[in-house]
Amino acid sequence: MKKNAGNPERRRKRNAFINRDTWRRFKKNKASLVGLILFLIFVLFMIFADVIVPYSVAIENNISQRLQPPSAEHWFGTDAFGRDVLARIIHASRYSLLMGIVSVVIGIVCGSVLAAIAGLYGGIADRTIMLIMDTILCIPFMLLALAIVAALGSGLENLLMALVIASVPIYVRVIRSSILTVVESDFVEAARSLGTPDRWIVLKHILPNAIGTIIVQATMSVGTMITWAAALSYVGMGIQPPAPEWGAMLSEGKNYMLQYPYLVIFPGLAIVLCCLSLNLMGDGLRDALDPKLKD
Amino acid sequence: MDSLLSVRNLVTRYETDSATVEAVNDISFDVLPGETLGLVGETGAGKTTTALSILQLLPERTGVIKSGAICYKGEDLLSKSKEEMRLIRGACISMIFQDPMTALNPVLTIGEQIRESLEIHNYDGLSREQLDERVDELLEMVGIRTSRKYDYPHQFSGGMKQRVVIAISLACNPELIIADEPTTALDVTIQAQVLAMMMDLKNRLKTSMIMITHDLGIVAQTCDKVAIMYAGEIVESGTVRDIYLGEKHHPYTVGLFGSIPDLEKETRRLSPIEGIMPDPRNLPTGCKFHPRCAHCTARCEREAPPVYREGSHEIRCHLFAAEDANGN
Amino acid sequence: METDRNDILVKTVGLKKYFKVSEGILHAVDDVNLEIRRGHNLGVVGESGCGKSTLGRLLLRLIPATEGEVYFEGQDILKLSNAKMSALRPNMQMIFQDPYSSLNPRMSVFDLIAEPLQMNKVYKQYDAMADRIYELMDMVGLARYYADSFPHELDGGRRQRIGVARALALNPKFVVCDEPVSALDVSIQAQILNLLMDLQDELGLTYMFITHDLSVVKHISEEIAVMYLGQCVELASSRELFKNPLHPYTKALLAAVPVPRLDTGREFSVIRGEVSNPIDPKPGCRFAARCDHYDPQRCDLPQSLRDKGNGHMVACALCE
Repeated sequence: MKKNAGNPERRRKRNAFINRDTWRRFKKNKASLVGLILFLIFVLFMIFADVIVPYSVAIENNISQRLQPPSAEHWFGTDAFGRDVLARIIHASRYSLLMGIVSVVIGIVCGSVLAAIAGLYGGIADRTIMLIMDTILCIPFMLLALAIVAALGSGLENLLMALVIASVPIYVRVIRSSILTVVESDFVEAARSLGTPDRWIVLKHILPNAIGTIIVQATMSVGTMITWAAALSYVGMGIQPPAPEWGAMLSEGKNYMLQYPYLVIFPGLAIVLCCLSLNLMGDGLRDALDPKLKD
Repeated sequence: MDSLLSVRNLVTRYETDSATVEAVNDISFDVLPGETLGLVGETGAGKTTTALSILQLLPERTGVIKSGAICYKGEDLLSKSKEEMRLIRGACISMIFQDPMTALNPVLTIGEQIRESLEIHNYDGLSREQLDERVDELLEMVGIRTSRKYDYPHQFSGGMKQRVVIAISLACNPELIIADEPTTALDVTIQAQVLAMMMDLKNRLKTSMIMITHDLGIVAQTCDKVAIMYAGEIVESGTVRDIYLGEKHHPYTVGLFGSIPDLEKETRRLSPIEGIMPDPRNLPTGCKFHPRCAHCTARCEREAPPVYREGSHEIRCHLFAAEDANGN
Repeated sequence: METDRNDILVKTVGLKKYFKVSEGILHAVDDVNLEIRRGHNLGVVGESGCGKSTLGRLLLRLIPATEGEVYFEGQDILKLSNAKMSALRPNMQMIFQDPYSSLNPRMSVFDLIAEPLQMNKVYKQYDAMADRIYELMDMVGLARYYADSFPHELDGGRRQRIGVARALALNPKFVVCDEPVSALDVSIQAQILNLLMDLQDELGLTYMFITHDLSVVKHISEEIAVMYLGQCVELASSRELFKNPLHPYTKALLAAVPVPRLDTGREFSVIRGEVSNPIDPKPGCRFAARCDHYDPQRCDLPQSLRDKGNGHMVACALCE
């Protein structure tokens, strides 16, 4: 029961969306907590990459040091060009995370707008949008992304564009279905009976109730986007050498895989851990953001 | 007569990390062969938990029977193994759930679903043909044309589905049926049909029944004995005559009757019970009803009330216990 | 509050609502003519699928009607422009059946009650609005310290009180109560019924009370309309209807209600058959298939409400 009194001056607004209960519920899920900590570590690496180790160490060749196994000097060993693998992994987190996050943010925004149009207005708009989205979904992701990169040329922006175009249909489908359930709910009808205009219904009723799904979808997608970006770089369509990227590092290391397995183990591990941390976090967020799930 | 089912001092809790829900607190009752007991109470009174405790179908991770005894024909059900309980459920004690819409499997025909419950408990080794005959017999019993056994649940209306559910629960000739709000989801005229059918079958088959409901009208129509539950306790119990015609009542019973608009009397204002059901995670001390009771005294807040008896009529209230003491 | 006995606030003429379904056309509400007098309470009773909720929504123009007219204070609201309708909307409000789903789970009690006030820009000052919200909370019996609670933290009775406060925030004249107590426990149900009756007396409200529970409607309504498969089959004052039900369906409905007493001389009777769907119905009495007195010569003709004296209207060819 709430202790704060009902006087207007003393009212302390509780945020309907994120409040102290959200964190309390999130904390209960230990796996998600581990995910969050792991993800924060990656974010710290991303931010302080230059402080930890200069970028030059990650890209400049040092043939005399090539293919050194892990040691006290080079914790993760060195690659075929004598570059420190740890330094490359740390700097690669910049490209990978940034690409994951930026592509998801752009994708979710586009997806939400399309989904809102489809879900709210229905009819022709809904059918047209969903037809286009379903068509895109029919094309295998890799094929679509490769085609886009091949047409536009490789590079960071084009890679981002390919990721966004290929992922938008997924967001549209998920967000549209969660919008549809809210649109049909009794409280939206109740709001209509009060004479509430459409834009208010979207802002106050539909979005806050659908945003849980959107956030969870976003968190989980960042991991997927990182793997997709890695896959594109692996086939040489993404970040170009010598810039470090986890997928590209795997690709470079594959020729030496049998003699020097650490060349693929460490970048691979980085991809796996990063995705895992995001997926664990997404699970916890889903439960924490549902106001009706009390305990 | 020996009782068919006897529940003694049953205490059931739901335990989660953050709280303990005191769902059933020390209740005792008996069901005699052929008798119908009405278990009456509002949401959260512990009616369904009592039923699930008897069948040991409590949610595995949280529900715990803390103490007490549940004896079926003199055998303690609480000491049975899981396998032994499985054989008792359906064959000796069966349950009818509240919502017929979700109690049936949508991908099986209703004939198959009735057969399934027969096959599980097919100890006499009946042949396929005999099982089919039994399915037809059951459908006829609940008033469904036998030709409809090839239909799927979605082709039936709510009332018809509940009839199918009842047919399934009757499949193995159980001696006790626990009906958990069997007609709450149905319309009035359909409810009347289903209740009439249930009572007819019960009398023909001499089955005992525990009728869980919140509707005092249904109790008046169908039950022999009544137990009124509040916050996990039985606050008043007795024969229907004790409850409906007796002079002394627990204040909660009085409030419950005062809350129902009467079809045959003119009343302008209802006299409801003030306040709300206590939180079962944090029950009041003394008498559980005292915060809502108009007759509350200091003693009610401190001490749990003793049972006041008058023949078969039992009331758990200080009001009468005091009177009892003065009288003697 | 002084009201003229014949002052009609809401009136429907030949109101129809058809839905297209895969099997044909569902006649959810079929030619309903009702009048609700100012300050009165019209009860609408019927089983599920009889169109009573659809009727309530038609009266508030929450869904478009297929045919017919709905008059509010003499104005046909179905013909009004959207802007004019928005201006009229504060006068007619609705209390919903399910207090669990009709409140946005992400809004606090304060925001929920504020919504109708904000939507209709009633107050310019926040403080004035807050005062009104606390006044409403007092009025419906919600303690002020619940202002910052969320609906899931409250019990069903308190949630329904929020629903009542929201409906009353704009000082409506007419309130449609769509099964406001059927999701609540008996003791809480009685509290809400008393509250609704007190508010009606205090504010001079006019109610249309939709329910499936005959004992509730007998208790709260002066006039009762019985609906069956989209049609109104009997309309009479509450006292008259319960004393002298004429339509076989009304009789069956009354007989089917279990009464919480032992000493009733009443025979508990059961009618056969089930409520079907009014999909492409044939002309004639829709109850005929379940009726014991079915007479093909008279019952297969179209039925309409006819006055049997004292304003007791019934749509049955056999009630002579």
